[in-house]
Amino acid sequence: MSEVSPAKAYALHLGVIALLFVLSFVLPDYHHGLLARIMVLAVFAMGYNMLFGYVGLLSLGHAMFFAAGLYGAGLSVIHLGWNVPAAFAAGIACGALLALVIGLLALRTTGVAFMIVTMMFAQVFYLIILYFAVWTGGDQGMVVPQPARVLVLGAASFDLTNPTVRYMMALTLFSIVLLVTLAVVRSRYGRVLVAIRENEERTKMLGYDTFSNKLGAVVLSGTICAASGAAYALLFGYVGSSFASVQYSILPLLWVLLGGGATTLGPLLGTLFMYYVIDITSGYTSAYLLIVGVALILLVLFSPKGILGTIRQRWLGWLP
Amino acid sequence: MTPLLTTKGLSRSFGGLRAVDGVDFALMPGEIRAVIGPNGAGKTTFVSLVSGRIQPSSGMIVFDGADITSLPAYVRVRQGIAYTFQITSVFANLSAYDNVALPVQRTLSDGRSKGAVRAGVMAALERTGLAGRAHMPAGQLSYGHQRLLEVAMGLALKPRLLILDEPTQGLADSEIDNFITLVREIARSATVLLIEHNMPVVMDLADRITVFNAGRILAEGTPEQIRENAAVQEAYLGTAP
Ligand SMILES: Nc1ncnc2c1ncn2[C@@H]1O[C@H](COP(=O)(O)OP(=O)(O)OP(=O)(O)O)[C@@H](O)[C@H]1O
Ligand SMILES: [Mg+2]
Repeated sequence: MSEVSPAKAYALHLGVIALLFVLSFVLPDYHHGLLARIMVLAVFAMGYNMLFGYVGLLSLGHAMFFAAGLYGAGLSVIHLGWNVPAAFAAGIACGALLALVIGLLALRTTGVAFMIVTMMFAQVFYLIILYFAVWTGGDQGMVVPQPARVLVLGAASFDLTNPTVRYMMALTLFSIVLLVTLAVVRSRYGRVLVAIRENEERTKMLGYDTFSNKLGAVVLSGTICAASGAAYALLFGYVGSSFASVQYSILPLLWVLLGGGATTLGPLLGTLFMYYVIDITSGYTSAYLLIVGVALILLVLFSPKGILGTIRQRWLGWLP
Repeated sequence: MTPLLTTKGLSRSFGGLRAVDGVDFALMPGEIRAVIGPNGAGKTTFVSLVSGRIQPSSGMIVFDGADITSLPAYVRVRQGIAYTFQITSVFANLSAYDNVALPVQRTLSDGRSKGAVRAGVMAALERTGLAGRAHMPAGQLSYGHQRLLEVAMGLALKPRLLILDEPTQGLADSEIDNFITLVREIARSATVLLIEHNMPVVMDLADRITVFNAGRILAEGTPEQIRENAAVQEAYLGTAP
């Protein structure tokens, strides 16, 4: 936000990326696979954080943007036979377009109404996926055929079903989105978004068209979430309607709350933490969703700023 | 000379209450105009209509020759109407620096250069005597300093018309002297519309004074004329210090 210590902030983020890179070579198989998945989903959380953390708009429908990327990429491989880069781009484009339309409609409302409207749109999106089961596979979902999941770049080709390739692709996407997020929140645009969160009326009286700025944030957020969905389809080879369900709208909220809203690294931390909590508890009980709920309640009661938000408040004021 | 700002029959009611009631008003460029009147006279409502924060029930607002009645507030700000809030409305969780950076970065014509925001912010903070507190969260500033921060944000918009709604409320006497100097300085490049209860400040600064009462203009004139006006004394000055 403020113009102090950019070097520190960039060093920290590059350090995290370097650490994730090194982990690829030391982690046992199981955790290696899990972390690849977590990085892709952390991108989803970062996209959510862009809107919820920085602009203060609580959406309960972000599963539709993730699913738009997921189906946009997956179905263009399955039905149109597109290659990996084209399918990835298609997924992102679907999410961006959807976010633009949803933003134009939903931003007429604020607060609770915004939550309800986004949730309704996501529900419509979910039902559409089920309705067009012929193309989408309905509630069974569809598998993206293995032979199509090869990224050809010039002479080199990368098999996305290979765990190491998959990990590195996930890390690449994660790193790009992390650095883009950092750049955005440190920019003048980022300052305006935070101002809207803090006091929209006042921001207008400083000459800002807050509607356009919020619309930009919805599109950016939706696009990032769609990138996560598209990567998920291509890296893990499955598109399914459960990713469009309300659960996947609430999960990114939970990840962000846990890690710390309006912090650049909070989404990764929250996703990581939650994933391992679920991973561990689901070994003991099938009621892991109950644990998710309890976690949410405890969080709101005792640590509303999340892990990184609390650290920033107490010790490291410079954290972006 | 044509007026910078004119209103014709400007009205706004809240339920049955006519907070602003058929106001015809004109403001010349370069003027310092004070608006006075008892509590609830409609002063804040009037300037809120001018700035676009609220919509009129009827009437018309002309700024620099153009009808701005239906323009949204942010467009009016861009055209040069800056409003500082009576009820302090700084961004409490952001630093004083960031509070002022928001208006500075928007008015910057040379959008690229990195140092320009910093220079603009520090200039506005220095003019209001807040430079030493740039990195404090605005919410932790004293009330008087928050008032000054409001003024700094207004200044940073480089307005043609600066509306100040009771800016000296909560300022210490020493700060008020500096404030008077600051407004004089601002008035060299902008027209100032000043709502103020502190009569010495009004008498010292204003070229002309408009007196509001019950949503209407009761009187208008030079400070001397207003001081001598019997109706004004009855409605307002009689109760002033
Ligand atoms: N949003 C609102 N809703 C209902 N009534 C309002 C609203 N805003 C102002 N009023 C009423 O309109 C009248 C004029 O209020 P206004 O704030 O314009 O007065 P003022 O001259 O600025 O007073 P003060 O000197 O106390 O600031 C008051 O009776 C007030 O209660
Ligand atoms: Mg008032």
